[in-house]
Amino acid sequence: METINAAQEEIVEEFSLFDDWMQRYEYMIELGKSLPIIDPEYKTEDNIIKGCQSKVWLHADLEANKLVFTADSDAIITKGIIAILIRVFSHQHPDAILDADTSFIDKIGLKEHLSPTRANGLVSMIKQLKMYAIAFKTQLN
Amino acid sequence: MDVNKIRKDFPVLNRKVNGRPLIYFDNAATSQTPKQVINTIVDYYENYNANIHRGVHALSQEATNAYEGARQKIQYHFNAAHPYEMIFTSGTTHAINIVSSGYTELLNQGDELIVSALEHHSNIVPWQMLCKKTGALLKVIPMNEDGDLIMDAYDELLSDRTKLVFVNHVSNALGTVNPIEEIINKAHAVGAEVLIDGAQASPHIKTDLQALNVDYYVTSAHKICGPTGIGILYGKETSLKRLPPYQGGGEMIAEVTFEKTTYADLPHKFEAGTPNIAGGIAFGAALDYVNSIGMEYIAEYEKELLIYATAALKKIPGLKVYGVSPNKTAVISFNVKGIHPYDIGSILDKLGVAVRTGHHCAQPIMDFYKIPGTVRASFSFYNTFEEIDAMVKAVEKAAQMLQ
Repeated sequence: METINAAQEEIVEEFSLFDDWMQRYEYMIELGKSLPIIDPEYKTEDNIIKGCQSKVWLHADLEANKLVFTADSDAIITKGIIAILIRVFSHQHPDAILDADTSFIDKIGLKEHLSPTRANGLVSMIKQLKMYAIAFKTQLN
Repeated sequence: MDVNKIRKDFPVLNRKVNGRPLIYFDNAATSQTPKQVINTIVDYYENYNANIHRGVHALSQEATNAYEGARQKIQYHFNAAHPYEMIFTSGTTHAINIVSSGYTELLNQGDELIVSALEHHSNIVPWQMLCKKTGALLKVIPMNEDGDLIMDAYDELLSDRTKLVFVNHVSNALGTVNPIEEIINKAHAVGAEVLIDGAQASPHIKTDLQALNVDYYVTSAHKICGPTGIGILYGKETSLKRLPPYQGGGEMIAEVTFEKTTYADLPHKFEAGTPNIAGGIAFGAALDYVNSIGMEYIAEYEKELLIYATAALKKIPGLKVYGVSPNKTAVISFNVKGIHPYDIGSILDKLGVAVRTGHHCAQPIMDFYKIPGTVRASFSFYNTFEEIDAMVKAVEKAAQMLQ
């Protein structure tokens, strides 16, 4: 599996192919369709990330010391955003997830999702991914 | 009236968003500010900024006169009997909290309060807190599928245990205009007081408080072309005299010793501390402005916008409008089948159209319809039919991208 940085660079490169927002959004919607969908058994109130206008469910499993994320959302753009995050953070060691920076989000033109209201959405998603990393790190030690 | 001439008064309407001309359809959240109001604020800070009611110097006198003059303008606009019945607040929420807080001392266990199913959270939560403190019970007037209150149910909720009824004049999420005359008269018949939340009504409807005979009426300036951070609690003199004060501090006292404080007369009893002076004066200027356009003209023009936009939006396949009462202000809450409102709002924003998405701080209404939220377009007298055409095209584009 490639590193978090390599995955981020790859996504930045893919998004750089588009010259306008509409193509970027259409691509994001496409990416949403490839999201590894959360098992219905984990689609619970507890697994809903708070602070998003749309509902986002996130779950993590540990496989060979790596975190594997699955998720879902009732909004399609949000689904694309979480799909991008999972592509970057899934199949990584908890330490790598905790150390990762997330500046690539600016570079792919999703910065507006970091603005105060919506942002809550994206910021909360990243926070929740990292919370899972902290939880499983303790388990590994 | 020429809408293009009116638009020249609103500097912000010239700007672009995401490279496109701004189409501002989030007027129910906050209205835009005309330069006449902006200039009033600038003039205050440039020429007579001073604390009011206490200084003997010229600036303080001028500021006091302007602030009290604004209070009188607000009194005339809403046709209250006395200027001191208009209490300046930071806005509608603050005004509601003054009454709910004062009522803590006026209620007993087992007393009942009645709310409607169409309320904003700001007209639910303070009363829930009040019920928790006092042991009073909260009863809810239910709504029907069209977004109208079921008035027969209201009749059954009323009894001699009812102490206070609080309903919005207009629903923020759906735009329904509630039958407040009937609500007020029936509450009075059982000896209960009534608070009407007028935040969504003030921009569209001219309200005559004496004719309504309402006990409390609250609203915010920023919904009616004024600045944020200023609003009004109207209370009948008798009601306000009975209501205990909310906050202690300067301005609200008559005499203070460490043993005892006696409170000032109305309106100062509820106006502790230095108020939002510029905001109060600008609220008066905002009312002057809308009255120069004419409230009747505003209501008629917005009705035309509402009818036009509703007809155009309904042509979009799968689009459903929530709240179809015949008595509505210029608000359209809608969803497109199979698409989350947040997705539509995000694409509309990219196309320069500002709408609100979500539950509009009225979760009980969303629960009633079993939806996560809606897209809400709300119109003002400075909006145009061309802007509505552009919004409809943008919704079509969004639906095509998202389906």
